[in-house]
Amino acid sequence: MSALRPLPRWADVVLLPLLNLLLAFVVSGLVVLMIGQNPLVAMQAIVVGAFGNGFNIGYTLYYATNFVFTGLAVAVAAHAGLFNIGGNGQAYIAGLGVATVALALDQTHWLIVAPLAFLAAAFMGGLWAFIPGWLQAKRGSHVVITTIMFNFIASAIMVYMLNRVFKPANIMGPESRTFAEGGRLPKLGEFFGPFQHTPVNLSIFVALVALVAVYVLIWHTKFGYALRTLGFNPTASRYAGISNSKTIMITMTLSGALAGMVALNEVMGVQNRLVLDFVADAGFVGIAVALMGRNHPIGIGLAALLFGALYQGGNELQYVVPGLTREMVVIIQALVILFTGAMEGLFRPGLQRTLMLLSPEQKAEAVARGTVKSES
Amino acid sequence: MSSDTNNPQRPSMAAASAPADSWAIELEKINKRFGAVHANKDIDLKVRRGTIHGIVGENGAGKSTLMSILYGFYTADSGTIRVNGEVAHITDSRHALALGIGMVHQHFMLVDNFSVLENVVLGAEDSGFIKPSLDRARRELDQLEREYELEVDPDAIIEDISVGQQQRVEILKALYRGAETLILDEPTGVLTPKEADDLFRVLETLRAQGKTVILITHKLREIMAITDYVSVMRQGEMVDTLKTSETNPEQLAELMVGRRVLLRVEKGPANPGKTLLEVQNLTVADDMGVVRVKDVSFSVRAGEIVGIAGVSGNGQSELLEAITGMRDQKSGKVLLNGNEMHLRGDDGAARARAGGLAHVPEDRQRMGLVTQFAEWENSILGYHNSPEYGGALLDIAAVKKQAAERIATFDVRPANINLKSSLFSGGNQQKIVLAREMERNPDVLVVGQPTRGVDIGAIEFIHNQIIKMRDAGKAILLVSVELDEIRSLADRILVMFDGTIVGEADPATATEGELGLMMAGIANKEAAE
Repeated sequence: MSALRPLPRWADVVLLPLLNLLLAFVVSGLVVLMIGQNPLVAMQAIVVGAFGNGFNIGYTLYYATNFVFTGLAVAVAAHAGLFNIGGNGQAYIAGLGVATVALALDQTHWLIVAPLAFLAAAFMGGLWAFIPGWLQAKRGSHVVITTIMFNFIASAIMVYMLNRVFKPANIMGPESRTFAEGGRLPKLGEFFGPFQHTPVNLSIFVALVALVAVYVLIWHTKFGYALRTLGFNPTASRYAGISNSKTIMITMTLSGALAGMVALNEVMGVQNRLVLDFVADAGFVGIAVALMGRNHPIGIGLAALLFGALYQGGNELQYVVPGLTREMVVIIQALVILFTGAMEGLFRPGLQRTLMLLSPEQKAEAVARGTVKSES
Repeated sequence: MSSDTNNPQRPSMAAASAPADSWAIELEKINKRFGAVHANKDIDLKVRRGTIHGIVGENGAGKSTLMSILYGFYTADSGTIRVNGEVAHITDSRHALALGIGMVHQHFMLVDNFSVLENVVLGAEDSGFIKPSLDRARRELDQLEREYELEVDPDAIIEDISVGQQQRVEILKALYRGAETLILDEPTGVLTPKEADDLFRVLETLRAQGKTVILITHKLREIMAITDYVSVMRQGEMVDTLKTSETNPEQLAELMVGRRVLLRVEKGPANPGKTLLEVQNLTVADDMGVVRVKDVSFSVRAGEIVGIAGVSGNGQSELLEAITGMRDQKSGKVLLNGNEMHLRGDDGAARARAGGLAHVPEDRQRMGLVTQFAEWENSILGYHNSPEYGGALLDIAAVKKQAAERIATFDVRPANINLKSSLFSGGNQQKIVLAREMERNPDVLVVGQPTRGVDIGAIEFIHNQIIKMRDAGKAILLVSVELDEIRSLADRILVMFDGTIVGEADPATATEGELGLMMAGIANKEAAE
């Protein structure tokens, strides 16, 4: 009869993710135990590996940059009720834009190349998400299906483009030539000693700006208002004269453009050339980041940092703890994604019940509310 | 509608002098608290066996809580329940059924793609094999149907039969399980007037057979028409229990609200001016492509209220949606102030608004509000692109300031613009929508079901606001399935049946019977006149 009372905001935003994270670490610890290693040593290795020194932090931030972009991409679409799981493909295709600009203009200066590469990444990523958005808006093809299909299409296109278009004659692998100095985004290590020899680059500032911009977009603009109306209640948005089809297409394009920023970080900032699979599934991690961050920029920033730390710390782990192979590290990372992302609702009912028991007044209020509703 | 004249055989006089052991249900000092909310305060209620006992009260008065206690959904904090004179501690609905208490919920609990028979048996099977249960049920059902004149084809599939028949299945389910006392929660909310009459006949048969019926409703007319006794609840308390024959709707309304309420709307004569809304040959299909509005034409002039009456589902919803730009029309024209509106496309509603048309939708929770939004966010729904709320950036301070002013003007409670909209009561949600649509001073106001699920106190306010708009020279199109509402508010009534307007009536002269015939599609305009 009575529904469980929604969690108070602090519990929803702080307590629940922490509980999920804790569970993930406990289960990961069991896995480590199973192969005969000390979980506490492994845990320490991850933390030190992620934050132990400037070098490690630099790597953590580099990973986090990607996850901010893909997390925001998922969140923007989610606020409009759309589930964009095509961040991988959008970021991958955006690489074409970045590489084209960088290859064409790398004899000039990075200050010229960067803004153009930014636009090219946004355009190509946006385009790759606009098509599923258009299909959803005009033809009713569900974006979940189309965006994941577009990931595969993107992969095939990139293999073709790298082999047939971007690969110079004298190189064996499917990759473009390395950009000249003018086509490279400066790394933070050039200005800040401790980050030397790490991939973290200026695109991290783009990520920070994107966090603020998405916040403003969703909660402080009229478009954000329309987008949230659509996400909550498509009938009400039609009632309000909001064009649902236009809103879907624009939102998907924005989402794809955000995912495309991964290419700015990877292609122009780190690899300095177009390579196969440079996205490394950052698009999928973005789903977990957005879930864990409750689709809010602050949460996404923190969740991206966490996943960056896991990636970096996990990489270090295999060197510190003998017997923990690369595959074991992936399992641990997957467990964290599983518990904090896919199964983030695991503790919700229990936590709701616990909180209601702790506070009978609130419990009664919730029940009363249910009664009033059933009476009307 | 059955009236007081056709049930002189009421056993109420006999019941009044019956011995004390004739109580079917006795509730004594029932208390139920939900924290700060005292939903039931020291409730005493005695229901005589073999009577129809009405319980009225506004939303939140505690009717449903009380019945939930009786049916075993909640346990009371304190108090005694006696069933047939025996103290009962009802722990769940299975237990209530064992004691002979059955409940017909407002929203039916039926499996749509099961047959009537299968639904009746569901949960009451004899063994793991279904066939013997069904055979036994078929025999018993046949007997029950004859005994209580509840004809339903046992092999019909639920989704193929009418709502009225589905309700019969719910009643049969309860009787099949041996219910002696039947609780009906707002049973007529989903029924046509004809189906409601049929239901009342069934209830009378049940009473004649010695069953006890508890009828929860907010419609005073039904109370007057069918019940023997009526109990009034207000804010968790039992205000009074009266013999229906010794009271009247005005007294009941006053008891429910706690102050005098005008049941009739007071309005002066209409003073119609030029045509503001004109609909020409409008044809509209529903989502499945079925044509629901067929070549409809009418007009609404400044300073008049045109009411569209009809049984729910005869195309009124599609008509409203097409006029307000929410649904593409197949053909026809809509003119606002003489200008043809181009409403096709999924932003048609924005163009309708720009043309001076405001829309209070039929379903405020599904259309009129985003229930997850704070009140202030909903206060601009549909008008958010207006320059007074800023450019690309939303001027939140301006929106909030205006929302606070309106919430005061329309007496929305609680007066908190930051509260989530789903937490307001139905009446206050409707006020939020009305404030938004009326305060912009539109030429034409289209209103669907303005008082559905709204308290009596708020109904009065809403009706007065609509009259005020009319008197300010606006054209108002009102669609309601509540015939009383149409008759008391409208200056002209159009009756809709099967997608066409079958007649026009003058509310001052048309009788309920005439309108009812037109709504049933039996008589056309000429025959009614």
